[in-house]
Amino acid sequence: MEEFIAAWIARHGATRDRLLPLLHAMQEEAGHVDDAWVPGIARALNLSRADVHGVITFYHDFRRAPPGRHVVKLCRAESCQARGGAAIEASAARRLGVAMGETRGDGQVALEPVYCLGLCAIGPNALVDGRPVARIDADMLERIALEVAA
Amino acid sequence: MRVFVSRDMASVALGADDVARAFADAGCDVVRTGSRGLFSIEPLVEVETDDGRIGFGPVGPGDVAAVLDGTHATRLGKVEELAFFAGQQRFTFARCGVIDPLSLEDYAALHGWQGLAAARAQAPQAVVDTVKASGLRGRGGAGFPTGIKWQTVLDAPAGDKFIVCNADEGDSGTFADRMLMEGDPYCLIEGMAIAAHAVGAGHGYIYIRSEYPFAIYTMRLAIERSAHLVAPFTLEVREGAGAYVCGEETALLDSIEGKRGQVRAKPPLPALKGLFGQPTVINNVLSLAAVPFILAEGADAYAAVGFGRSRGTMPVQLAGNVRHGGLYEIGFGITLGELVNDVGGGTASGRPVRAVQVGGPLGAYFPPSMFHLPFDYEAFAQAGGLIGHAGITVFDDSVDMAHMARFAMEFCAAESCGKCTPCRIGSTRGVEIMDRIMAQRAPSAAAQPDPGLLPSQEHGSLAKALYSRAPSRIDTSLDAQTSLLRDLCDTMKYGSLCALGGFTPYPVLSALDHFPEDFGARAPIKEAAE
Ligand SMILES: Cc1cc2nc3c(=O)[nH]c(=O)nc-3n(C[C@H](O)[C@H](O)[C@H](O)COP(=O)(O)O)c2cc1C
Ligand code: SF4
Ligand code: FES
Repeated sequence: MEEFIAAWIARHGATRDRLLPLLHAMQEEAGHVDDAWVPGIARALNLSRADVHGVITFYHDFRRAPPGRHVVKLCRAESCQARGGAAIEASAARRLGVAMGETRGDGQVALEPVYCLGLCAIGPNALVDGRPVARIDADMLERIALEVAA
Repeated sequence: MRVFVSRDMASVALGADDVARAFADAGCDVVRTGSRGLFSIEPLVEVETDDGRIGFGPVGPGDVAAVLDGTHATRLGKVEELAFFAGQQRFTFARCGVIDPLSLEDYAALHGWQGLAAARAQAPQAVVDTVKASGLRGRGGAGFPTGIKWQTVLDAPAGDKFIVCNADEGDSGTFADRMLMEGDPYCLIEGMAIAAHAVGAGHGYIYIRSEYPFAIYTMRLAIERSAHLVAPFTLEVREGAGAYVCGEETALLDSIEGKRGQVRAKPPLPALKGLFGQPTVINNVLSLAAVPFILAEGADAYAAVGFGRSRGTMPVQLAGNVRHGGLYEIGFGITLGELVNDVGGGTASGRPVRAVQVGGPLGAYFPPSMFHLPFDYEAFAQAGGLIGHAGITVFDDSVDMAHMARFAMEFCAAESCGKCTPCRIGSTRGVEIMDRIMAQRAPSAAAQPDPGLLPSQEHGSLAKALYSRAPSRIDTSLDAQTSLLRDLCDTMKYGSLCALGGFTPYPVLSALDHFPEDFGARAPIKEAAE
C-alpha cells in the first residue's frame, strides 16, 4: 500500500483535504482500509495517526476489514419502510444467512444498511455489488440470492 | 428510428439498460436521457415521430416490435400531455428527461447558458439584486433567502472565495438533486458559474453523497466537457462517505477539508469564514439550478408564481407508498392533499393513507386531516413541521407510528456527529423510551416491536447493560414514559447545536400528537351526540 499511496499523492497532492479522496481510492483498490495502513497515510499527509483513525471511523463508508465477495446494501430509510422494507430486510437476512450489518462466516456475502438511495418511490431498494435494484419482493430477493451465491 | 430511454439511476433500477440494449439491437438510434420523473411509467421509451415524441411505458426488452409499430398496450401518447406533467410548472426541470444530459448541443438548443451570458453582461451587484428580487429561498431545507447569502459573500473582502454545492441529499423521500445532476448537469454548472460571477469566486466544489454513483459519474464528465464555457471558474466533485450529518453545511465544509464531518458552531457564518476559512457560498443543488432560469427569464418571471413569502417553484418529490411517485415541480401554494391524492393518486397498496412525512427524517408526520395545508415554508412551520427539501413520504394504514418515532431516534443516534450531548446521548435514551412504550402498550397496537430489542422484564444483566437505569428503578408506566419522551424532546430541541438533534423531535412528537393510539393511549373518545 505504501507504493499505492505514494503514486496517488504524486498525482493528486498531499494537502489535508486529499484525505477522503485518498481513503476512497484505497478502498476502491483494496476493498477496505486496513488499520495497518494508517501510519503510512498519516505520514504521507503529515497528519497524526489518531487524526486519520478518527476520520476513518467517523464515516460509515470506510471498512476496516475486507468485505464479503458480494455486498448487498439494503435501504432501511423511511420511504422504503413505507413500502414493506422491514419485512424484506428480515427475509433478506434469513435467505442470505447473514444479519444486517454483518458479513457471512464464509465471506461470500455482506448485508449492509444504507439510508436512502434516492429511489424512494420504487422501494424497497438495494445496491447489489453497486447495481441498483428496485421494488424488491420475494422473487427479486431469490434472484439476488442466486446472484450473490455465484 | 430514434428512441429515447432514460439512464437515470431509478430507471436503470427498473430495467432501463436492458430495454435500451434491446432497441439498439433492433437497429434503433437510442438516445439516453435523464428521467421525466414519473416512475410508474418507467422504463419509459419515447419514439420520435413526425407528430413528436410518443411515449410507451412501462416497457420491457421483449416489447420492441410492438412499441416500434405503435401497437403496444402501454402507449401513452405525448408524455408532456399526461396529466402528471401537464399540471407542472417546470422552471428548473424543463430539460430533465428531454435531452441527452451530456450533450452540449442539446443543452444550448434549449436555452442553456443564456442565464450565464446575461449574468456576465452585468455587474456582480446587479446579479445579486436579481436573485434577491426573485425571492428564491434555499431549497436545502432552511429556506434562507439566497440573494442575501450571496450579498454577504460579495461584500466580504476579496480573497479566495468558494462556491460549494450541497449535493448530499440524505433525506429519505428526496431525489430531486440526484435527478437534476443525472438529467441536466449543465444546469447546475451554469448556476454555480453565475454564483461565482456574482460573488467573485474562482473555484467550486460539488459535494455528492457516495450513495449516488450515477450522479458522481455524470457530474464529473459534465464538468470536464463544459470547462471551457465556465472558465476561468473551475469546479470539482467531492464524494461523501456515508454520513448524513455531512449535509449540514458546516459539517460538509469540514468533510471537504478532510476532517470528521462535525458541525461547527456559528458564527462565524460560512459566508464570511467558510471553506478553508474563506468566504463561501454554500447552496443546495436546487437553489443553484434555479438561478439560470431567473437570470435568463428575469426575476419577475420566477417570482410571479408562488404563495406568500415562498416564491417560485418547488420540485416536490412524491415517495414511499404512493401510486404515482416521482418529481412534480409546481409553484408553492398547492395543498398537501392535492399533491398526495390528486397528483400522487393515493397509496400504491390501495389502502387508505394514514400519514405522510414531509421534509425527510427530521420532518413532521401529518395525518390526512391536515391535507388542507398549502405548500409554503411559513404554513408548515406554523403547523409544527417543515418543508425541508420537499420530499413527501406516504404511509398507508399498516404503519406503526410508534415504530416510526423509534426509528427517528435510532437514525439520530446512528448519524449524530457527537458534538453535543442532547443529540448524541438523548437519541439513544429516546430509543430506550420508545422500546418501553412499545412494550407497555396494548397488544392490539399495530405491529409488534422487534423482540430482540425489548427490555427484559426480569432485571437481567442484559437489561442493565442496555438501559442506563434498570427498569426496576424507573416508572415504566405509559404515562410516565410518554411525559419523559416529551421532556427529552424538549431538551433535544433547545439544547442541540444543529437541526439533526434539534429537529428529531418533529417526527417523534408529531407521531405522538397525531397518532396517540399507536403509543398505547386510548383512542380519542368521540364526542357523544347531544
Ligand atoms: C443534519 C442536516 C442535514 C442536512 N442535509 C442537507 C442536504 O443533504 N442537502 C442540503 O442542501 N442541505 C442540507 N442541510 C441544510 C444545510 O445545512 C444548509 O442549510 C443548506 O445547504 C444551505 O443551502 P440552501 O440555502 O441553498 O438551502 C442539512 C442540515 C442539517 C442540519
Ligand atoms: S445536534 Fe447532533 S449532529 Fe448536530 S451538532 Fe449536535 S451532536 Fe452534532
Ligand atoms: S428511502 Fe429507500 S431509496 Fe430512499
